[in-house]
Amino acid sequence: MTVLENTKKVLTEIGDMTLFAKRYFKSVFTRPFEWDELLRQCYLVGNKSLLLVGVTGFILGLVFTLQSRPTLAEFGAVSWMPSMVSISIVREIGPVITALVCAGKIGSGMGAEIGSMRVTEQIDAMEVSGTNPFKYLVVTRITATTLMLPLLIIFGDAVALLGSAIVEYLKGGVSFLLYFNKVFDAIIFNDVLPATAKSFFFGFVIGLVGCYKGYHCKKGTAGVGQASNSAVVYASMLLFVVDFIAVFISDIFFEI
Amino acid sequence: MKEQHPNRAIVMEVSNLEKSFGSNKVLDDFNLKLYKGENLVVMGKSGSGKSVMVKCLVGLLEADDGLITIRDKNITSLSQESLDILRTEIGFLFQGSALYDSMTVRENLEFPLRRHKERLDITESNQELVAEALENVGLAHAIDLMPSELSGGMKRRVALARALILKPSIIIYDEPTTGLDPITAKEIIALMNTIQETYGTSALIITHDIDCARVVADRVILLIDGKNYIEGTFQELAGSTDPQVRAFFK
Repeated sequence: MTVLENTKKVLTEIGDMTLFAKRYFKSVFTRPFEWDELLRQCYLVGNKSLLLVGVTGFILGLVFTLQSRPTLAEFGAVSWMPSMVSISIVREIGPVITALVCAGKIGSGMGAEIGSMRVTEQIDAMEVSGTNPFKYLVVTRITATTLMLPLLIIFGDAVALLGSAIVEYLKGGVSFLLYFNKVFDAIIFNDVLPATAKSFFFGFVIGLVGCYKGYHCKKGTAGVGQASNSAVVYASMLLFVVDFIAVFISDIFFEI
Repeated sequence: MKEQHPNRAIVMEVSNLEKSFGSNKVLDDFNLKLYKGENLVVMGKSGSGKSVMVKCLVGLLEADDGLITIRDKNITSLSQESLDILRTEIGFLFQGSALYDSMTVRENLEFPLRRHKERLDITESNQELVAEALENVGLAHAIDLMPSELSGGMKRRVALARALILKPSIIIYDEPTTGLDPITAKEIIALMNTIQETYGTSALIITHDIDCARVVADRVILLIDGKNYIEGTFQELAGSTDPQVRAFFK
């Protein structure tokens, strides 16, 4: 495949995904609303990801603090550890790492699930039974990831800070009270708001790409695998693009 | 078997249907009429356009040209909402059963009810309707099983029960016996006849199974290269001297 063909393919895919997103926004505010399925998806996306996000966040906090400690100690700045860790985690590392982990778990799951439904004609069956499969399968899932990812990110940040506090307690004898006092002194509204705002977009991107890849899955089991795999790859790339745009805009409005 | 040219109402009519995928013309000037209470079988080799045709009939694929009228409504000009309502009058049995694999048998059967039960003015409870539909296909005991726990024949029966749950007046069977062993296939064929007698439905059956066509067909259309090649009773087609028809019925 030539570079030109590759470029054309990528641009076509971006165009199709944009139309898919447009269809989502047209459908999300129109009746009938699938409240039960939305709640079920919120449970699956949110509650079922807690362990993974918690473990990832905890290890992230531990490792980040352990790795940073010697450098800060060299400059006699270990007391800055809570501030540095908390700002880094809340502003950037927490949201991005949690979103990437969720892209792997949720995005690939949605790609595979909807893809296999497409291949086995379950989506067609839904349509001929008079239910709009786009509303039932796609709108509920994208909305659920958009709503749940900010909560997962807040949870992941909190667990990461806990991990960091444990290292500080064990290595530096810093009490939890002192550690979290310093954390809350360091974090300001301008750190939390942009990070929370972009996490909604992260959730939207993960849901959108997962559903798009599954909904347009090619026939056969190979198609399902491909849908699942490319959902993770595309979502991960798009997350960095969204992150860059979010940081760029935050820089204008919040002077970080 | 019913008379070949019944003076009954037409419930589904397809005129000059055309559908292409790129340069590949799959349906070329295809026509059919389905009468009330009739079993119409459309036969053809794999790749002759049978499945594409039924997908056009229920609006899963958009035809390039032609007219599709179901119960006096032209489906190509219907809004999505009207099409969804019309679809509740059509039961569709998919070739691979297409049961929702994340739902139990009960939930599979309840799925079409949740949106349309009130509008269709069905007074029985979901529990009664599901129990009745499963009873009709002889699977009352499987109500709480997952699709993965069912055999191929059981899946087909459950899919049939789901297709019947809204008490449609038309049923479309897409290859109802494909992939089943001969005994289960015979059971499904017998069930199709029982359903027609019980519910008085009109059925469009897409198949390449000669035994199935022999038992259920009131009329048969042979589809070759996307066109109606010949039409008649099963006996007429089976006794045809046309080489293409003979090759198929041999």
